[in-house]
Amino acid sequence: MITLAHFLVVGACLFAAGLYAVLARRNAILVLVGIELMINASILNLVAFGRYDKTFYGGQAFALFAIVLAAAAVAVALAIILNVYKHYKTVNPEDIRNLKD
Amino acid sequence: MIVIQTLVFYALASVAVGSALLVVTMRNIARALFLFFVVLFAVAGLYLFALADFVAITQILIYVGGILILMLFAFMLSNREMLQELQKGTAQFFALPAWSAALTAVAFLGVLAYAGLQVTAHEPDWITEANNRNAVIEPADNTVQQLGLHTMTHYLLPFEVVSVLLMMALIGAAHLARKEDRL
Repeated sequence: MITLAHFLVVGACLFAAGLYAVLARRNAILVLVGIELMINASILNLVAFGRYDKTFYGGQAFALFAIVLAAAAVAVALAIILNVYKHYKTVNPEDIRNLKD
Repeated sequence: MIVIQTLVFYALASVAVGSALLVVTMRNIARALFLFFVVLFAVAGLYLFALADFVAITQILIYVGGILILMLFAFMLSNREMLQELQKGTAQFFALPAWSAALTAVAFLGVLAYAGLQVTAHEPDWITEANNRNAVIEPADNTVQQLGLHTMTHYLLPFEVVSVLLMMALIGAAHLARKEDRL
């Protein structure tokens, strides 16, 4: 039988991988992929705990809301990344140091 | 039957975690993005094991159909970085240039996995109570109908707030992406 602990451990592994990508990768798009991995890990936790909430289905409903929020965040973040690339000709977060021109 | 279920779960979990690790360590960004497809599909399969079939379908529709296509577009429009990365060579695959980031991630993994393994020993009260009342979602339940009902009644306010936020994101992304000289 698949218990709650199984889901939590898989979610922890995905979250750690996403955290490594956010901290270590030198490409803004892959940093975004890391954030998506972390969001997926948290949605996995929401869904796994949501199994025990039969009256309101809170876990699954808020998992859906989290997916929608992730989609909105990605749309705005990619627009920002493309603008940064147009200005600096790079998407390496370490090379982008100035807030203004 | 339970053996097959456990085997499929472990297969999906190992595919998800293994390809997530490959995604975050791979030098070739195009390959990493396509491997991200595999991670998302495997995680959608894991949602099915938590009896969240509608969430799994939504994951495939929105992530694979929308977010990944967007990411591929952005990657292709900013791919000068890829050529530089490729020219550096692949000599130091396990050299871990960012060992401090790896250390932080492993520390997080330790804490989270420890907390996850402790959840059976120290079960939260509301889970014990739900188990006692037999109020756990069963495989035969019609989750899609229940989710629709609850979204339109109990979660109506978050639903409306999310719709307003999507509108804001749409306007914001369009504003950011417009041409600068055509004000």
